[in-house]
Amino acid sequence: MTEPTIYELSSPGRLGVRYPDPDVPLTPLPTEFVRDSLPLPELSEPDVIRHFTRLSTFNYNVDKGLYPLGSCTMKYNPKVNEEAARLPGFALTHPLQPEETVQGNLALMYELQEWLKEISGFAGVSLQPAAGAQGEFTGVMIIRAYHKARGDTKRTKILIPDSAHGTNPATSAMSGYQVVNLPTDSNGNVDLNALKNVLDDQIAGLMLTNPNTLGLFDVNVVEVNRMVHEAGGLVYGDGANLNALLGITRPGDLGFDIMHFNLHKTFSTPHGGGGPGSGPVAVAKHLVDFLPGPIVDIIEEGTEEEPPLYGFCMPSKSIGRVKSFFGHFGMMVRAYVYISMHGPEGLRNIAEHAVLNANYLLARLRNTYKIPYDRICMHEFVAEGRWEDAPGIRALDIAKRLIDYDFHPPTNYFPLIVHEALMIEPTETENKQTLDRFAEALIKIAQEAHQSPELLKEAPHNTPVRRLDEVKAAKELVLCCWIPEN
Amino acid sequence: MNTPTNLKYSKTDEWVNVDGNIATIGISDYAQDQLSDIVFVEIVVAVGDTVKPGDTLASLESVKAAADVNCPVSGKVVEINEALAQTPEVVNSDPYGKAWMVKVELANTSELETLMDASSYEKYCAERSH
Repeated sequence: MTEPTIYELSSPGRLGVRYPDPDVPLTPLPTEFVRDSLPLPELSEPDVIRHFTRLSTFNYNVDKGLYPLGSCTMKYNPKVNEEAARLPGFALTHPLQPEETVQGNLALMYELQEWLKEISGFAGVSLQPAAGAQGEFTGVMIIRAYHKARGDTKRTKILIPDSAHGTNPATSAMSGYQVVNLPTDSNGNVDLNALKNVLDDQIAGLMLTNPNTLGLFDVNVVEVNRMVHEAGGLVYGDGANLNALLGITRPGDLGFDIMHFNLHKTFSTPHGGGGPGSGPVAVAKHLVDFLPGPIVDIIEEGTEEEPPLYGFCMPSKSIGRVKSFFGHFGMMVRAYVYISMHGPEGLRNIAEHAVLNANYLLARLRNTYKIPYDRICMHEFVAEGRWEDAPGIRALDIAKRLIDYDFHPPTNYFPLIVHEALMIEPTETENKQTLDRFAEALIKIAQEAHQSPELLKEAPHNTPVRRLDEVKAAKELVLCCWIPEN
Repeated sequence: MNTPTNLKYSKTDEWVNVDGNIATIGISDYAQDQLSDIVFVEIVVAVGDTVKPGDTLASLESVKAAADVNCPVSGKVVEINEALAQTPEVVNSDPYGKAWMVKVELANTSELETLMDASSYEKYCAERSH
């Protein structure tokens, strides 16, 4: 590492800020709270600014280049979103303010709820869940509440296809359900015969990621949903891949009962290190009363001169709160801006370009990399990062070598049903030149894998730190550079 | 790939070594290679537990995935390899030796007939590699 830690840069007595003499009497801190055992770093302002600025240049981010991290939809986040979220009327309000003083905020939340309903084809939306995984958890709690309200208490299992997001089985297990794994057929769809064999009156529901983690649209989705419903179960749609469907089809129309949105994927709010996620949950008509709350509703209809009065309401059989206050409001503002900037036509364009970009990359790479489920893909596809005639090369080596070509690596080793998986999602925000550079880098790396494999095995070569020892990192959990003495 | 011929193998990549009525269970060389570097092993059964085929015996974590070790036989757990928690890397270096996981006193030896011998298991692994 070329940059020392902030503790190593520290020098005793160095100060960042000098305070003026106070114009009020001094009150000393109570002596029992005064310690000199805390080794706080002592630095000047330029020391601090330069340290963190240098560190930030080591980082890779969506403002720097392509981030083809499959399943994560790392699209570019428009800066106008940030402008809007920083408007004082949004940024300086407090969730404990009286509702009548934040009517603009509530109007925005209400409209966003309405838009998400329209986009997804569902009857009700709660904006509260903090992110996708919590949205899933909320959805499964709604499934439980629905069966319980009907006195149907023997349903203890949830079906999860092996092409689902990894959070789906985790969510079901965390909600107390037994997870039953469903295989994928040779075309990448849910295996309908296997589904038929496991459906009975103990199935609470099925969680379906569509498009799935192979980047494929399950062509049997309507049939899958019908079969689960016939057995008395509900179907949860993982909306993380909604990017590929916007304006083209609506999960509600396909027969799903519940889904979550990832505002931080589909609707361009920042994620990764950039900000909290946001995972609103939508439900069909028969589940509206179970939604977590409070939810914004119109308390008093408006007139021609007066806007309506908005307020918070709790659905009658609500599963309760799943998050303090009302969710991540700043993210709702950004998503609202994004949706209003695009409009219905623009949203459809997003899906079309996300799918076009992924298929263009797939077409450029399919002669070089094996594509185990090779058909027209949606917004992402999965390649194998291995060749029989390049022994010893693994997906991880390809991922590390891509860093030398100035690209963020794709997701690797997921989904588990593909050997040495490289899961590539370019998103709609990349132009053809960028996609070509990325494809050429991957083709070049495939040549290197055969001709000079050590280039891959020792990669990355051009980064501030070389390849990290992942085994050591996983086994020796030292998470801070300074450990208190007592 | 190393596949000792004196062992039996399950479809979920466990090996079984039978000595009298005691079955010793671990994961195959193929399985450890697929998982890559193992960083965590937790045996989730205890001595005295009754187990049946499909029960989870242990959880493994590697740098790329997490996996369960399934029980291929029925019986009673008579010994577990407690040292593995401290030395998970032996699953990679010595899957058929130091990395044995659980010993089970067999309740039903006819179950062993449902397991594969080394040559069928090698064929089964080769099929899955394509």
